[in-house]
Amino acid sequence: MKTEIAIIGAGPAGLAAAVAAYDAGVKDLLLLERDAAPGGILQQCIHNGFGLHRYGEELTGPEYAARDVAEVRKRNIPILTETMVLSVAPDRTVTAMNRQNGIFTVEAKAIVLAMGCRERPRGALNIPGDRPSGIYTAGTAQRFVNIQGVLPGKEIVILGSGDIGLIMARRMTLEGAHVHAVCELMPYSGGLNRNIVQCLRDFDIPLLLSHTVSRVHGNGRLTGVSVAEVDENRRVKPETERYIPCDTLLLSCGLLPENELSKGAGVPLDPVTGGASVNERRETAIPGVFACGNVLHVHDLVDFVSEEAHLAGESAAKWVLSGAAGHAERSIPVRAGGKVRYTVPQRIDSPETPVRLFFRVGSVADNAVLTVKSGQTVLAAKKKRRMTPGEMESFELSPAVLCAAFDAGEPLTVSVN
Amino acid sequence: MKTRELTCIVCPMGCTLRVELTDEGEVAAVTGNTCPRGAAYAKDEVLHPVRTLTTTVRAAGTDRPLPVKTDRPIPKEHLFDAMKRVNSLQVEAPVRIGDVLLDDLFGAKLVATADLL
Ligand SMILES: Cc1cc2nc3c(=O)[nH]c(=O)nc-3n(C[C@H](O)[C@H](O)[C@H](O)COP(=O)(O)OP(=O)(O)OC[C@H]3O[C@@H](n4cnc5c(N)ncnc54)[C@H](O)[C@@H]3O)c2cc1C
Ligand code: SF4
Repeated sequence: MKTEIAIIGAGPAGLAAAVAAYDAGVKDLLLLERDAAPGGILQQCIHNGFGLHRYGEELTGPEYAARDVAEVRKRNIPILTETMVLSVAPDRTVTAMNRQNGIFTVEAKAIVLAMGCRERPRGALNIPGDRPSGIYTAGTAQRFVNIQGVLPGKEIVILGSGDIGLIMARRMTLEGAHVHAVCELMPYSGGLNRNIVQCLRDFDIPLLLSHTVSRVHGNGRLTGVSVAEVDENRRVKPETERYIPCDTLLLSCGLLPENELSKGAGVPLDPVTGGASVNERRETAIPGVFACGNVLHVHDLVDFVSEEAHLAGESAAKWVLSGAAGHAERSIPVRAGGKVRYTVPQRIDSPETPVRLFFRVGSVADNAVLTVKSGQTVLAAKKKRRMTPGEMESFELSPAVLCAAFDAGEPLTVSVN
Repeated sequence: MKTRELTCIVCPMGCTLRVELTDEGEVAAVTGNTCPRGAAYAKDEVLHPVRTLTTTVRAAGTDRPLPVKTDRPIPKEHLFDAMKRVNSLQVEAPVRIGDVLLDDLFGAKLVATADLL
């Protein structure tokens, strides 16, 4: 098989990238999706709160996805579902597998990586104790309840206060389960305030900050967990340990971009984001290979996923239409400083158009001052009352700032103090 | 006089609001808000808190439930009663996204948020 642009993953990122590439003039596209239907993780996110930025209204996940799917169908862009992509080669050959074709290859001029992310599994968290059943990631529980129609347990403890855990605390409570507590290792929650109010306080579910699950108990099935307070160094204070009987422990401890395919293709990754390192057009270090959505960096709002995917899709189309021309002659690296943990993009290849930088801080910054420096020279600055690790921030660099940076030829440093 | 503490959920600042209530249950004062939107939220929240309900209903002939929502927020105190009514419902294909499944669920319509074909 041959195609101009192969898009891997038909979640909101892949769908928006396909529409943008089509509208930019490339009509020969192919979406490859391992699930039975397009829509990605949104299919199981039945709660509302999606689309406020993009549509000015609060949609549920399935409604948001349905709009993107409709746009793709309108353009007759083919989606191969139940098709697992096995590998991507640096020459942009995609190897995939499905029931009709067995193992087959797709030769593409450009590739858009849109595989999303997965949840940090329990093994990575090293909780001591037994290994009973009844321990799931919050997203797995969400799939059980919302897609398969089964409640994974009745007496619940949740570790981690990420948004998915908070959403599931409410969902399971509404379905008749009893959520004993949400334990958060850090002194602040990783979730949005509105979710803490609407999902925990509304139902009197305690949020235990600076707490962790210190041990799991049970033989066969989970029978309970020990929870304990932690000190400033996040070490358990043994004297605070107490036992909570429960049959289910949900883990909501963060998301990891799913980059096995990218690694196989030799795409260099950013060690902080876990996603590819890209330029302002979302092109990785391999020419013609683009990335967007949660596979690039974890987003909290799908609206920004769609925006980024639009950019990646359009860039892929331009690359194909301009004859798949090589690489930028000069590029300026963008570095994170102070409280800034990472930036996307990680490099800028052209000073001609404005570039919106996305970044996250590693700890809460009150009365934050953001500066953009080229070497020692401050090129731009901005103040904000508060920045938190839970919210992605952004800042637009004007062509004037970019030209100054290119003239100086030094890396740009984005920092918050 | 009673006071209640709330977290404003209108914007990411998440200000802590204090609402003073008269003995008749009316709002006498709101403090702690950084902007007027916080005061408006506090008044609504203490007088008649409402929430949009999103959940699923059973669908005939399949294990996969159909996602649904109320088309407007309903009084918070009726969430569990609303769940009971929704969970006693069973729908049959075809249902289109936006179809009304219940006309009056505590003042809101229950609508499908996905297709069931
Ligand atoms: C459990 C969960 C809950 C969330 N809740 C909210 C929320 O309440 N509000 C909000 O705004 N955002 C929420 N988000 C974030 C938002 O949903 C995501 O930002 C958005 O869905 C990301 O889109 P995506 O297309 O990058 O990834 P996904 O939606 O994950 O889509 C990736 C797609 O790629 C496919 N894929 C992966 N690997 C392969 C392969 N090898 N071959 C073929 N196909 C492949 C997957 O099957 C999937 O369909 C949530 C995220 C998660 C994980
Ligand atoms: S009071 Fe105003 S600034 Fe504070 S959280 Fe509410 S809306 Fe935001």
